[in-house]
Amino acid sequence: MAEVTYLEAIRQALSEEMERDADVFCLGEDIGAYGGAFKATEGLRERFGPDRMIDTPVSEAGFVGAAAGAAHMGMRPVVEMQFIDFISCAYDMLTNYVATARYRAFLPCPMVVRGPAGGYVRGGPFHSQNPEAAFLHTPGLKVVYPATASDAKGLLKSAIRDDDCVLFFEHKYLYRRIKETLPDGDHVVPIGRARLAREGRDLSIVTYAATVWKALEAAEALEREDGLSVEVLDLRSLAPLDDEAIVATVKKTNRVLIVHEDTLTGGIAGEITARISEQAFEWLDAPVRRVAAHDVPLPYAPALEDFVLPQTSDIVRAARWVAEY
Amino acid sequence: MAATSAITPSSPALGQLTREQLLELYYYMRLTRSLEERLVALYRQTKVVGGLFRSLGQEACAVGGAYALRREDMLAPLIRNLGSMLVKGATPGEVLRQYMARGDSPTRGRELNIHFGDVVDRNFIGQISHLGDMVPVMAGVTLAFKLRREQRVGLVYVGDGATSTGAFHEGINFAAVQRCPLVVIVENNGYAYSTPTHRQCAAERLVDKAAGYGVAGATADGNDVLEVYRVVHDAVERARAGGGVSLVELMTYRRKGHAEHDNQSYVPPGEIERWAATNDPLDRYVAALTGTYGVDAAALEALDASVRDAIDRATDEVEAAPMPEPGDALRGVYAEPPSAPVLWYRAGHARAVDDNERARGWGTVDG
Ligand SMILES: Cc1ncc(C[n+]2csc(CCOP(=O)(O)OP(=O)(O)O)c2C)c(N)n1
Repeated sequence: MAEVTYLEAIRQALSEEMERDADVFCLGEDIGAYGGAFKATEGLRERFGPDRMIDTPVSEAGFVGAAAGAAHMGMRPVVEMQFIDFISCAYDMLTNYVATARYRAFLPCPMVVRGPAGGYVRGGPFHSQNPEAAFLHTPGLKVVYPATASDAKGLLKSAIRDDDCVLFFEHKYLYRRIKETLPDGDHVVPIGRARLAREGRDLSIVTYAATVWKALEAAEALEREDGLSVEVLDLRSLAPLDDEAIVATVKKTNRVLIVHEDTLTGGIAGEITARISEQAFEWLDAPVRRVAAHDVPLPYAPALEDFVLPQTSDIVRAARWVAEY
Repeated sequence: MAATSAITPSSPALGQLTREQLLELYYYMRLTRSLEERLVALYRQTKVVGGLFRSLGQEACAVGGAYALRREDMLAPLIRNLGSMLVKGATPGEVLRQYMARGDSPTRGRELNIHFGDVVDRNFIGQISHLGDMVPVMAGVTLAFKLRREQRVGLVYVGDGATSTGAFHEGINFAAVQRCPLVVIVENNGYAYSTPTHRQCAAERLVDKAAGYGVAGATADGNDVLEVYRVVHDAVERARAGGGVSLVELMTYRRKGHAEHDNQSYVPPGEIERWAATNDPLDRYVAALTGTYGVDAAALEALDASVRDAIDRATDEVEAAPMPEPGDALRGVYAEPPSAPVLWYRAGHARAVDDNERARGWGTVDG
């Protein structure tokens, strides 16, 4: 089988799920004839018709709320945010309405909200955000963020089949940079399970999305230059978090560095650090450290963006500190 | 008040514009078009860092609308309103610096394209990407004018797509009940990205929304700069006189894609060419100037030359302008320094790392 990109993997997941289940339909801005701003839905309108590939007005709160209503009626809507930054316009719908619907009113919300997130592409402050932390705090929402093409496909299929609302973050930096031969058949990746991206003995890097690739690069450099054996754990799923996998890697290497692209304060690394100290403190040989973006809005100019976002060299430097502690 | 009262055509406008003003309108439209053409060239040379957004065919909406404002009035443009910012005093150098992400750009490299403003001297305010958000902001700006009894007016531009947002609705509704001195221009250019206006809104005319908010409404030919000027001028003076909010729908056409990368495959064949051939705002205005107003072609050529010259000079300057200093990214998040914690593993803090020291905590980065 041919190699496919992260973007093509997403398209395959959408198309296979729409084929499999007539209740699956998509809605979002410019997803029909245009095929989406990043072409994730290209060709799907020709295949499934305009009733299942609905172009919406610029009304995020409106179409996320509408997706919830349709989901209550047994449909399985997949909403595309043109850029995940615009999910903020639907924050109220998602956190107040969707997230609480099952708990307080026994209303199912089997829907997916997906869209391009992340920086490293000179997108400026409103086309580069990683707003996962804003939703992690809300019980009732699941959040996944794949780093590989295979996971993008498998996790999206799971998200569509999931009986709850899943926020599916896609990293736009990876869309066309990552290529892989996907497993045959109905390839599904369970939500809630991390993936060991690289095995190691001396130190664990816990991360997700685009920084998985930076962590892998750092791990290679550390092996080459310092003889360190670095394990990289790709979380894939942020809510629910795979505590078991996190604790297992800590027990194995006794040193952990958490890396994410999101800003430091209030980011998920803080939560993971707390869980490690609650569940695996005795196994630690060094303090848990975090590599994240500076606490500023993401700037546009290359020199500024590079400075604000975590880079491979930052991970290498931090990993050395943890390893030598 | 009648639900959709027409804006009384009180402005004798055209007759009152001096020859100099007529030529100034031409100058700004030409400057808009030529500056964007220069940006296209720079974009192709990969000197523009992000995307490039054109207002080709829409220059009359931006220029004619903003020209109806007084110096003290506040403008909030959208991505296709470069021309309105030029009228307010934004310079080609500022625009080029923004697009090329220079350290001495108005936003010091933090923001992109025409997302910048100057509320201190020139009275225009920088937009964000989230569509519709500037409408409530301008409701507040104009509320402040009203509360302070200042004779100032606000003008906010939105596209047909942006009228579908909650922010647009909430903002105009708030301004309407407060009778703020606000003019909302809906620039109906036929598309929001790939979505045609009839898939955006079921109302036949966007100006009909005015009735729903209880504000005055008007429509104008957006490719006729004098018509745009006249209608917006009426709305602006109505607002200044205490008449409250107006919604002005300008009918125009987006001849380029959403941004340079968009190939417009969704546009019916011939549509763009038709607009270009028969309804180009610059061509139409040149015809009016040289015909009705008796301006000779040499005067226009002189203006074209001064535009070329201004853009050439600005380009040279900007190409030599400095890139931002990385550390500047940390300044100014809050009004008061120290503003940001310095990440312990960053270069420059390597000694603390080498010494196995703990992070020093909050940095002392000044604003
Ligand atoms: C709230 C929000 N959702 C989505 C987008 C993505 N987006 C950028 S421009 C655009 C279409 C804008 O159309 P319109 O308002 O008609 O302005 P035009 O580009 O036609 O001038 C969209 C959907 C956005 N900027 N903001």
